[in-house]
Amino acid sequence: MEQLLQQVMAGLATGAIYATMALAVVMVYQAIDHLNFAQGELATFSTFLAWQMIEWGWSYWAAFAMTVAISFVIGIAIDRVLFRPVRNAPILSQLVAFIALFSILNSSDGEIWNFTIKTFPTPFGTKPLFGSGLISTHQAGMVAVTLVMLALLYLFFRGSRLGLAMRAAAANPEAARLVGIRVGWMIALGWGLSTAIGAVAGMLIAPIVFLDPNMMLGVLLYGFAGAVLGGLSSPGGAVFGGFAVGIIENLAGTFIPFVGQELKLTVALIVIVAVLMVRPAGIFGQVAVSRV
Amino acid sequence: MTMQEHEAVALDTAAVPSEAAIARPLGLWLDRRRLLIGAAVIAGLMAPLVVANFTIFQLTMVMIYGLAILGLNLLTGFNGQFSLGHSAFYGIGAYTAAILMSGSAELSYYWTLPCAGAVCFVVGILLGLPALRLQGLYLALATFALAVALPQLLKSHVLEGLTGGVQGIVIDKPDPPLGLPINADQWLYYFTLAVLLVMFAAAAGLVRSRTGRAIMAIRDHPIAASAMGINTARYKTLTFGVSALYTGVAGALGAIVVQFVAPDSFSFLLSVNFLVGLIVGGIGSIPGSLFGGVFVLFVPNIAEKVSTGLSGAVYGIILLLLIFLMPSGAAGFVRRTAAWLARLRHTSTRGGA
Amino acid sequence: MKQITRRTILATAPAAIALTGLPVRAEKQYDPGVTDSEIKVGNTAPYSGPASNYSTIWKCEAAYFKMINAQGGINGRQINFISYDDAYSPPKTVEMTRKLVEQDQVFVIAGGAGTPTNTAIWKYMNQHEVPQLFVATGATKWDDPKGHPWTIGFQPNYQSEGRIYATYILQNKPDGKIGVLYQNDDFGKDYLKGVKDGLGAKAASMIKVEATYETTDPTVDSQVVNIKAAGCDVFINTAINKFAAQAIRKAAEIEWRPLHILSGIGNSLAGTLKPAGLEASKGLVTDFFLKDPTDPQWKDDAGYKWWLGFMNEWYPEGDKNDALNVFGPTAAATIAQVLKACGDELTRANVMKQAANLHELSLPMLLPGITISTGPTDFAPIKQVQLARFDGERWQLFGSVISSALPA
Repeated sequence: MEQLLQQVMAGLATGAIYATMALAVVMVYQAIDHLNFAQGELATFSTFLAWQMIEWGWSYWAAFAMTVAISFVIGIAIDRVLFRPVRNAPILSQLVAFIALFSILNSSDGEIWNFTIKTFPTPFGTKPLFGSGLISTHQAGMVAVTLVMLALLYLFFRGSRLGLAMRAAAANPEAARLVGIRVGWMIALGWGLSTAIGAVAGMLIAPIVFLDPNMMLGVLLYGFAGAVLGGLSSPGGAVFGGFAVGIIENLAGTFIPFVGQELKLTVALIVIVAVLMVRPAGIFGQVAVSRV
Repeated sequence: MTMQEHEAVALDTAAVPSEAAIARPLGLWLDRRRLLIGAAVIAGLMAPLVVANFTIFQLTMVMIYGLAILGLNLLTGFNGQFSLGHSAFYGIGAYTAAILMSGSAELSYYWTLPCAGAVCFVVGILLGLPALRLQGLYLALATFALAVALPQLLKSHVLEGLTGGVQGIVIDKPDPPLGLPINADQWLYYFTLAVLLVMFAAAAGLVRSRTGRAIMAIRDHPIAASAMGINTARYKTLTFGVSALYTGVAGALGAIVVQFVAPDSFSFLLSVNFLVGLIVGGIGSIPGSLFGGVFVLFVPNIAEKVSTGLSGAVYGIILLLLIFLMPSGAAGFVRRTAAWLARLRHTSTRGGA
Repeated sequence: MKQITRRTILATAPAAIALTGLPVRAEKQYDPGVTDSEIKVGNTAPYSGPASNYSTIWKCEAAYFKMINAQGGINGRQINFISYDDAYSPPKTVEMTRKLVEQDQVFVIAGGAGTPTNTAIWKYMNQHEVPQLFVATGATKWDDPKGHPWTIGFQPNYQSEGRIYATYILQNKPDGKIGVLYQNDDFGKDYLKGVKDGLGAKAASMIKVEATYETTDPTVDSQVVNIKAAGCDVFINTAINKFAAQAIRKAAEIEWRPLHILSGIGNSLAGTLKPAGLEASKGLVTDFFLKDPTDPQWKDDAGYKWWLGFMNEWYPEGDKNDALNVFGPTAAATIAQVLKACGDELTRANVMKQAANLHELSLPMLLPGITISTGPTDFAPIKQVQLARFDGERWQLFGSVISSALPA
């Protein structure tokens, strides 16, 4: 029983990592209607920038704020420069653009900062939470920050004019243009937001997994799985999905005898696919109904 | 699919259009196309006689990747089902061939191809059934699960006895039959070329047939298609099976040519490579798949020549340039150029008459 | 008639001596890839892809050969080191190796990284009789002079390292409960096998948990928690730097202090212990055959000083904290030694003969007491390691040099 609890807690802790990433994934999905495969690499790049600033002597919070700001700008720039020209190309062609971006970032990270793992500081400290050995203060802090970001985003989208404009641009670009919304800039804003969230995710994750160019590869895949599980149209669902993936994977690894350890990821994905069989749009996703 | 894609695909697979005004230039174009294909085949037959062994090996791999990408094309390009899992079919085909050739069965290499195809067909169908309920990115995740599962399964100690586990399986290179005066590399090239021609022709035939039109109708307007009486479930599942078969046969050929299979060769990254090759070659274009194969093999080499340390970055930049210049892939680019040329000829003909 | 003077005798003396049959300089024999001025050495390495962090080994080797060339080359010949990217993908390794052998016509291949990649070209190299020198992986299969006479390994193999850990455990904690963390691929499984073989009959009863991880896993925290929960008091941690560091840190976090054995793969002071926390790493046991460049105890060591000078002058962009950059020049030096020993008889057969003829070759960054030796039936150049314990500041070597040779 204690092992179950421990694994669930450990799952929540890793799940927090996936949840943060899933949130960033869903953000960009809501803005531009597809998945950004380069999200993880953008987050890694941002984290490296932050690390470099700290190396140069900046304080943690100064580096944090600067990195978030720079990432926001980078996101907008990438949209304007890279994706606007291919906006009218088939979806799959845009996918290739993401893959290209991934490749460029990953390779550059390795070349600029090499592959030795680096530590990244955390503002939350690393002592065990409340003295228990199950979850550390940093991990608890991470969960808290993710939930706070989620809440802020919810308020932004539901409660502000800009948020409404962004939702309109994503839901129905043509109609949005007719009401005077500058759809192009809404999409760019969505990109900027998602890159900024990704940067926060990266800076929260790095203290746990150590910073290196390949830091986010696995995390992105798990985050993607979590986002799909929760439902791509629901940010809350994505966060839930991220936590769920963490827990499922840990429990599968521990409790399924014989093959559990080696096939952990496989089992987790099978569970997700099984869930999708029952709810094809994710647990909290809304099934899109379109007029024929 | 955008409007441009609709037009482009229609141009490629339509029968002779009704309007007489453009019938002649288009007819000429189709004839020219057959000439081009014929010329390409002849060049393909001559190639191994003039180039070095190592280049023959590369050309054989290009054909194999082209075949694998054609498999993906059938599913994603022609039927609209997004798959990130084709590395798994390629891997299953490769391991089927390797196990049959090296194990107690000691099957001759040419029999492994139909076996690999059959196994993958069955797996494809089994996957196609649950895939019916999933769309777009959700389907992508399910196929991605498959791609991730395969290396783990191959390495697991449950299957180790069969698959050789992490050490993989080493295969012998087949010799040319009947003491033909060519070496093993050239023989494998011709063998692969023959398989390629047969399977490409079959795919072209499939696409032009009623079944093919049904498959494409499902991609373009699934609801209208089923309203017209097309059994979407059956066609979608079948397409999954056929697509897996094609990529599985390619995998078997790959195993024979490389003479080695190991679990981590068939990871998710290979699926991404196939997808990139598909898009660069042109979705919904059969010859485009071959161009995709060329891209997948040669562009990483080119990128490395430019910069060893930043080869990934160079690769990404080349990819971006290609997408900017040819958003519908190489096939789309060729089509557009041909249509533009045809229009030029048409206006000059009209003007002259 | 010319007068026979002293001058004429002196002039004709050399010819006269030659005619008497005194030893003449040997005829130069060249296989493809060798000329009077050049030796081509080929290589494939993972410059891109999942194993790209290892590529620094061959960047280092390239730098080493540049240094040799600047010092006059080997027996007057410049080394032309041609290295291609194989992205750690066996089909690519095959393609690039064939290019090196068939198109670039290299003389020998300097072994690349990884078991699957080297296995993919194993048969080809032996069929074409091209030396596959000093492959950079610790699989046992490379020590096979009979079956594969053209391939030779280099570092102590993982299975024997595993056995050494097992022996250490049997000596120090014979009724311990063991948990093993290993990467789910060839080298991880080799370590596990070695441990099991070393424990012999007691393996089944002593090993309580065998936990794996994939390189795409973000953390191994859950595996560590599992191992502790099973009541283990011995932890064999064969993970690579990143995951080894995570495991060490997690163990400290959950206040678990087992007998913690770290494998040779992940024991760098700056690469693993510092990120994990030097305090948390106290008491760790591991094995070395090379000097850890980040360990202050080698500060005044002649070999280390040579290495530092080499890095500063020839590979300044290399990370001096990276143990891989010690492996690189050591392997390159061994290749250089073999080529030098060939003299002018630069045939591939002679290369393998010289490679199988190394007697206690000592190199700057090998641990004191460890040398390189090979023989016609012994294709395992480095067969010795020494155990070390971390005292919170540095790795303290203890005990004597242990042979890692597998029992015959």
